[in-house]
Amino acid sequence: MRIVPFLCSTAITVALVAVFDRPLGKVPPLGAFFSPQYGFWQNAEPARQDYGGTLSINGLQGPVEVFFDDRLVPHVFAENEQDLYFVQGYLHARFRLFQIDLQTRAAAGRASELAGSKAINFDKEQRRLGMVYAAENALKEIEADTQFRSFFDAYTAGVNSYIEQLTESALPIEYKLLQSKPEKWSNLKTALLLKMMSKMLSGGTENDLANTNAKSIFMPEELQQLYPQVPDSLLPIVPIGTEFPKPAVIPVKPATADSLYFNNKTTVAAQSLDRPDPGNGSNNWVVGGSKTKSGYPILANDPHLELSLPSIWFEIQLKTPTHNSYGVSLPGSPFVVIGFNDSIAWGVTNSQRDVKDYYEIKFKDQTRSSYWFNGEWVPTTMRIEEIKIKDSLSVFDTVAYTVFGPVQFDNRFSNAISADRNLAVRWAAHDPSNEGLTFYKLNKARNYADYEEAISTFTCPGQNFIFASRSGDIAIWQQGRFPARWDGQGLYVMPGQDSSYLWQGYIPQQENPHAINPARGYLQSANQRAADGTYPYFIPGSYITARGVRIDKKLATMSAITPRDMMELHADYFNVSAEDVRPVLLANIQEGQLGLKEREYLEILRSWDLLASPDSKGQTVFQCFWDSVQVSIWKDEISRTNPVAPWPSEQTTIEWLLRDSVHRYADDINTTEVESLAMTITASFKKAALFLAAKEAEGKLVWSRFMNPSVYHLLKEALPAFARKGLAVGGYGNIVNAIKHSHGPSWRMIVHLTDGIEAYGVFPGGQSGNPGSRFYDNNISVWEKGEYNRCWYMRDGDRANQQVKWVLRFNKS
Amino acid sequence: MKFFLSVLLTMLSGVGISLWALSPWWGFVPVAFLVAAMIHQAPAKAFAAGFLGMLLAWGGLSWWIDWQNSSLLSKQVAVLFPLQGSSAALILLTGVLGGLLGGVAALAGSYLRISKSKME
Repeated sequence: MRIVPFLCSTAITVALVAVFDRPLGKVPPLGAFFSPQYGFWQNAEPARQDYGGTLSINGLQGPVEVFFDDRLVPHVFAENEQDLYFVQGYLHARFRLFQIDLQTRAAAGRASELAGSKAINFDKEQRRLGMVYAAENALKEIEADTQFRSFFDAYTAGVNSYIEQLTESALPIEYKLLQSKPEKWSNLKTALLLKMMSKMLSGGTENDLANTNAKSIFMPEELQQLYPQVPDSLLPIVPIGTEFPKPAVIPVKPATADSLYFNNKTTVAAQSLDRPDPGNGSNNWVVGGSKTKSGYPILANDPHLELSLPSIWFEIQLKTPTHNSYGVSLPGSPFVVIGFNDSIAWGVTNSQRDVKDYYEIKFKDQTRSSYWFNGEWVPTTMRIEEIKIKDSLSVFDTVAYTVFGPVQFDNRFSNAISADRNLAVRWAAHDPSNEGLTFYKLNKARNYADYEEAISTFTCPGQNFIFASRSGDIAIWQQGRFPARWDGQGLYVMPGQDSSYLWQGYIPQQENPHAINPARGYLQSANQRAADGTYPYFIPGSYITARGVRIDKKLATMSAITPRDMMELHADYFNVSAEDVRPVLLANIQEGQLGLKEREYLEILRSWDLLASPDSKGQTVFQCFWDSVQVSIWKDEISRTNPVAPWPSEQTTIEWLLRDSVHRYADDINTTEVESLAMTITASFKKAALFLAAKEAEGKLVWSRFMNPSVYHLLKEALPAFARKGLAVGGYGNIVNAIKHSHGPSWRMIVHLTDGIEAYGVFPGGQSGNPGSRFYDNNISVWEKGEYNRCWYMRDGDRANQQVKWVLRFNKS
Repeated sequence: MKFFLSVLLTMLSGVGISLWALSPWWGFVPVAFLVAAMIHQAPAKAFAAGFLGMLLAWGGLSWWIDWQNSSLLSKQVAVLFPLQGSSAALILLTGVLGGLLGGVAALAGSYLRISKSKME
């Protein structure tokens, strides 16, 4: 009799367990996820978590001590370098495992394994850009150097040592949400991470595809006007007046360049899906002892990147008996990347140089097995790519490799209308190189000569390495392996049927733009063109001029500088672009045509103090108005082709308005009327006013409300709860304090090279990647207020110092 | 007394089963079943005891974790699972999920006991 209810209730029990053990759509398995012993509750770290302890580890040569301070910054003391990087790997995995796993899978075009089918095209593009090919080439170079290889091996072993002891309950919460497991680390993954940086910093600094469309509609003189190489107001990295030696490499323009290249009017429909933000820039500067109060140099750096939680940076001190470096590391790679030791400090900004070109390939047939090159059919190399997809079957893609590089766009991967165009990509990041070696050497460098030697092999992405030493030297080098281009080479898609369009050589390293101990006592870089027009090579790129102008002018007038002054310059909200262009805009507004509300906005603009501060209304009015003006001037012109030609840069537009107020581009070519500049500017203002009124109704006229400065979790809108939004900061891409929605100063560092080293730093995040840790976002409020943490540069005698909160000991087993 | 004992044993199993490293997250389910099979109670009472035992186990554990964590994580997870950021609601949901499983397992266990006694 009771057998029926027994069977029924047992079946219900089993069914419930089964249902709760399985994901329901996007919802993770409820039982496993909510179980206090296995699920997300295990990621809720006690506020009084003890990060110390003693570990017995197989693979170490000696003991390693890790001293955590009250911000969870590890100060790693090892007896040799292999052990040092082993523990760095362990700590990166301990605090940032999901991040390093996600970033390297995405770099390798394996995002679909975590994200499902929506990431297939992203993955295909990563593969077709040759990201894994690039990492493999780098790894060959890295592993050829046995000593250096041992550092990568140790780092990999450290990451894996952490992964191997992980229990299900200790998995980062993201794995529990995504129903996934971490993957074992490898040297290739470290190489992939560095290629991710290459893509971020040199994958979007060219505009070859859109430029090709511009060339189809504009005459050569128009192209010069719209996309000039050297802006009028440029204050270059290398001080004006510096003499450059005669170039050792003189590239030769191909005989067919005019007919097949410059005068080729065909458009190209292909476009990259995942184009890195061209605003991935940065500031760095250094002032020599003659300009500082103490007589010692001060170095400052703030790399501008997508702001994320966890942060792209992890603060760390790395010490052996022979060196002691401090700064930020990139989780996924050994070494300090930006930082200092007891003799020198260094920082980086992006060179913005174009090191990526496209070539049009002619395949023999649909099989793509051979292509026409130097008068014959040459076989391609095929690389079969399997893209594994979460909860679905794999997708396969075959990428053809040519003498130039992989064919990124062809009839199997492109916009429908570009089916007949095959574009191979030639990218400096594909070349064998060992960027990590530069950072390794910088960690140990003691003087200018060591620094110069350390950076000399750095290949891609081109960086502006700034330097200061305690002995008083200051210097900057724009370093990378840059192609020596003939004038105009690589601005547009090039013919790919013979060797004459290949890169003919590289600019000799010693001819890279650089400056040492200038008389003026300071150096700076802020993504502007490195040198003025007297530099003897053709160096296209995506340069940003305004920040460099502001920083240069400020530094020129400052004296008796202290670290506090440098903090104020990091926080500078002055809008130098607005200072230049506001008078022209105001002079051209036909006030008689404005309504009441419009006059109100005009008054806000007129009385604005030119500061993009968080509570500014003037900055909001200016930016909306100025964007509207640029749209009115250029949209009709650049839309004559599809996809559109590139927007002329803000700097170009400003300089054009200052130079020539009757320029024909002010006219809207889509109307019969001929609009004057005043008519266009007035109409733009009216459009902007409508938009502003709508924003004001939402309470978003104040700049920080308008811009909504935010730091998102790596999985963006998928995990909004893990983001920190609506921060009370101002700034913009063209402003020294370059915060732009979710992009901006990802690490602010100031190093005063006194005998004791006085250093400050902050990034908008925290050391831990765990949203359940108080160290997940503890530095955001510090960063938001424009404040800094004092970096504690620990020495041998400090083991018993009160600043040590926890000690983690690694013993060899 | 039986009811109290059942609740206590179920709760202890719900808290302690994870000490056994090989236990899956649902390791307490067969224990709740056995408790109900061995301590004879009416089905409704058995369900209530299993439910209450696991509600206390999961609710109590998560409350303890949350208290130590100053609700840092629960406030965020209670946005992912739309509970308006309420840590208390998330703790209650955790307890109810555990309670439901404990309850049905105990219900099944109680029937096993009854059917056995009939056979005797």
